[in-house]
Amino acid sequence: MNDINRSRRDFLRTGGALALGASLPISLVELAFAESSQNFTFAYISDAHIQHIKGNRFVRNWDMGLQRAVAEVNLLTPKPDFVMFGGDLAQLGSKEELDHGAEIMSALKHDVRYVMGEHDYYLDLGAYWEQLFGPQYYSFDHKGVHFIVLNSIRTYDDWTFKRWPTAEQRMLEMAGLDNPNGSPFMVGEEQRKWLKEDLAKVTKTTPLVVFSHSPLQKIYKGWNFWTEDAEQIQALLKAYKKVSVIYGHVHQIQYNQIGNISFNSVMATAWPWPYPQAYAQAEQYLPKLTVPMNRADPFFERDATGWQFINVANGNVDLNFTLYSNKDRVVRFDKAKKQPQDVEYQVDKARIDPQSHY
Amino acid sequence: MSTFDFIGKGLLALSLMVTVNTVSADEFTPEDQQRWQQQFMDSVKQGRELWTSPTLGTNGVACAQCHPNAANTHPETYPKFQKQIGKVIPLWEMINWCLRNPLEGVPLAADDPKMIAIQAYVTYERRGVKLEPGKH
Repeated sequence: MNDINRSRRDFLRTGGALALGASLPISLVELAFAESSQNFTFAYISDAHIQHIKGNRFVRNWDMGLQRAVAEVNLLTPKPDFVMFGGDLAQLGSKEELDHGAEIMSALKHDVRYVMGEHDYYLDLGAYWEQLFGPQYYSFDHKGVHFIVLNSIRTYDDWTFKRWPTAEQRMLEMAGLDNPNGSPFMVGEEQRKWLKEDLAKVTKTTPLVVFSHSPLQKIYKGWNFWTEDAEQIQALLKAYKKVSVIYGHVHQIQYNQIGNISFNSVMATAWPWPYPQAYAQAEQYLPKLTVPMNRADPFFERDATGWQFINVANGNVDLNFTLYSNKDRVVRFDKAKKQPQDVEYQVDKARIDPQSHY
Repeated sequence: MSTFDFIGKGLLALSLMVTVNTVSADEFTPEDQQRWQQQFMDSVKQGRELWTSPTLGTNGVACAQCHPNAANTHPETYPKFQKQIGKVIPLWEMINWCLRNPLEGVPLAADDPKMIAIQAYVTYERRGVKLEPGKH
């Protein structure tokens, strides 16, 4: 590592230490990327799983998670340019859940864009969601970055259209993460064709940021930490110099680098999930790069949930995780190693006991 | 019937009983094993149904929402000192904690067939993992 990089690293470490004193890690935004006028931040909230009980009753725990994230994002200074919601606003895709979730989200003082999750989709295939939030896949440009939103949670037509007697049952079958009756997620031919056409208009040096609900990489099929046509999407993105994929669904911190593509997951506001290696019967491929989160403490109901703000620094993304009942974490793109890295825990000996999962 | 005969028949009956007992204690057939395994798997199946059921608690939340395939329940580490409760507890007490809190439901008795089924399922999903009682 050369001198410039070493000094940059020390500088970041100082920034992190300063941030500890603040109630929100605001210093990190201002300090780390002062060198570029093109840098900006956006906030990311995901996986709220608003769950209807009956009448006017919703599961309190999940409501509280989303409400807290919304309130804290409103306090961010400097103000993020926009907010993304990463999918699974609802638990079973009902109007009641989507309406209630949208109402909580309406307290945000920022523009919000939405990604489709399987819990929003499989009741009416996104029809009501579209009325509230717009198209299921789209792209937009912001300060020189091309953003792409995909609906990555579709599946085989036979499963969607022929297998289940009712829409309600279809939704229930897909809502169970570990349900053997489920089906692998995919972007599908229609969107791959659209993506190819969309990318044709974008120069190869334009930084790309792709939002999907499921990982556009293959980690563990049994829980759909998986997208069936991931390789085909990766191939379409290969020609671009800087590509970041940001995904929800997994309710835990994951990150990876495949060729030119950086992968980062975002937190859920609802509840945490085990890392796939915690399932003894599974063959899984958690990226070696990923340093796991601390094991969740169920006695603190917001532990291992949270939200994040994302610095887009010279076209690469750095994720700042706001974790409740736990230390915040920063996963930053390392320019020398050309991969995302945890600022504090990447090295084995820096890890702490609760990060080992069994 | 003479007394002798009576004693004789009694002894015969006793020896038959001993023979029967000896057989049942020492030998069982593949059919027996199959039946017992089936009894266990029925309990596992019932446990899996309870694990994914929105009606085990009162708010529609199911165990599987946070614990797909019962992952992160660590049955092999119980009994253990559960730091949040401040004493050594068996697995079923932790299951009841979850029933009361995230599921907003009613705890089950230790010998409730439902509680036994839940433990059968959770442990079955961890088959092959070595026992580590007390590990936190």
